[in-house]
Amino acid sequence: MSKLTTLTKGIIKENPVLVIVLGTCPTLAVSTQASNAIGMGIAATFVLICSNLVISLLRNIIPDKVRIPCYVVLIAGFVSLVQLLLEAYAYSLYEALGIYLPLIVVNCIILGRAEMFANKNKPLDSVLDGIGMGLGFTLTLFVMASIREILGSGTFFGAKIPWLSSNGISVLTMAPGGFIVFGALMALVNRILRKKPPKDRDCESCALAGSCSSKSGASSSSAAHCAEVKNG
Amino acid sequence: MVKFVSIILAAVLVNNYVLRQFLGICPFLGVSKDLKNATGMSIAVVFVMVIATAVTYPIQKALLEAHNLGYLQTIVFILVIAALVQFVEIALKKFVPALYRALGVYLPLITTNCAVLGVTIANIDAKYTYAESLVNALGSGLGFFLAMVIFTGVRSKLENSRPPKAFEGLPITLVAAGIVSLAFFGFGGIVENLFK
Repeated sequence: MSKLTTLTKGIIKENPVLVIVLGTCPTLAVSTQASNAIGMGIAATFVLICSNLVISLLRNIIPDKVRIPCYVVLIAGFVSLVQLLLEAYAYSLYEALGIYLPLIVVNCIILGRAEMFANKNKPLDSVLDGIGMGLGFTLTLFVMASIREILGSGTFFGAKIPWLSSNGISVLTMAPGGFIVFGALMALVNRILRKKPPKDRDCESCALAGSCSSKSGASSSSAAHCAEVKNG
Repeated sequence: MVKFVSIILAAVLVNNYVLRQFLGICPFLGVSKDLKNATGMSIAVVFVMVIATAVTYPIQKALLEAHNLGYLQTIVFILVIAALVQFVEIALKKFVPALYRALGVYLPLITTNCAVLGVTIANIDAKYTYAESLVNALGSGLGFFLAMVIFTGVRSKLENSRPPKAFEGLPITLVAAGIVSLAFFGFGGIVENLFK
């Protein structure tokens, strides 16, 4: 795979949110305002690049059996770093993201990329993959937040839009709007890619597919496992 | 007592973790296909949420805040939850095999459930007392349970529907989740009005 495809595949073809369906919780939760969406995107991208780089560098040192706990500790460390930086230099964003900021730790995009990409690729590729996936995540969040902010509250980056601001569809800024816009966007991407929509979360796209112990058990428990592992 | 009832009602109906706060969406979408798995997963979530809160709250107060180490919260909590889940699994296997058989497969999966980490952090942020935190964790778990059971019912109807091609599968499921979430908006303000 060339360096360029490693970088760009995350934007549409392997978009982490709309195609691989990872990290749904923050996507739904912070996409009410375009500015918050970009903030969340940058924070997650930073963690993703750092964790991909370090995990890739340590890929031959970390013993296979305990790699997941190791990854989680590394990721949690970077997340704390971002939390402290935002608290110090961008307090309004820190307030706006609230509980979803520490929850980047359990955002499956990050653990998923560590497991699917960084632990078997060279540091440079892993960083490019991190940048690409982070861009895809940020872009999706931004598009979704723009739709919800413009149609829902009639503003864009906080600036009022003449007619829309008094005729906003306020349900879009609330929880149900999140689900519905997300569903519609996913359908749109399916349409563009002309591929069958992800019917279910099966083991192939699961972050931990390689090490999944319940995989051979088949049946519902493995589906449950994968769904849970991909949580975020 | 009134305070506890209002915390539970608020957590189950008004601030439902799945439908209002978007925490734990993945198991919500992934395991809601049949009722047996949905209830098994939900009971495991309730169980782990309460135990995780019972353990992390004293750690936060006695260890982190007392020694001015608040910035380690995220790392410590996720590690404690991961270790705790393992420990609970071993203990159940040894002492309550019946319960282990019922919850076993779901337990290891819960470590990465953001609703569990979410509830432990939310309890600290909301400045609840120890008892209130435990009640809130219980309520949040029950809210997850309720959302799962309701949505399993909705999904069984979805199976027989024929949406436009691009919407098949996950997209239409998300739209359905949006409508269920809309229904929960009917509970807005109920707690303030019941207990004012």
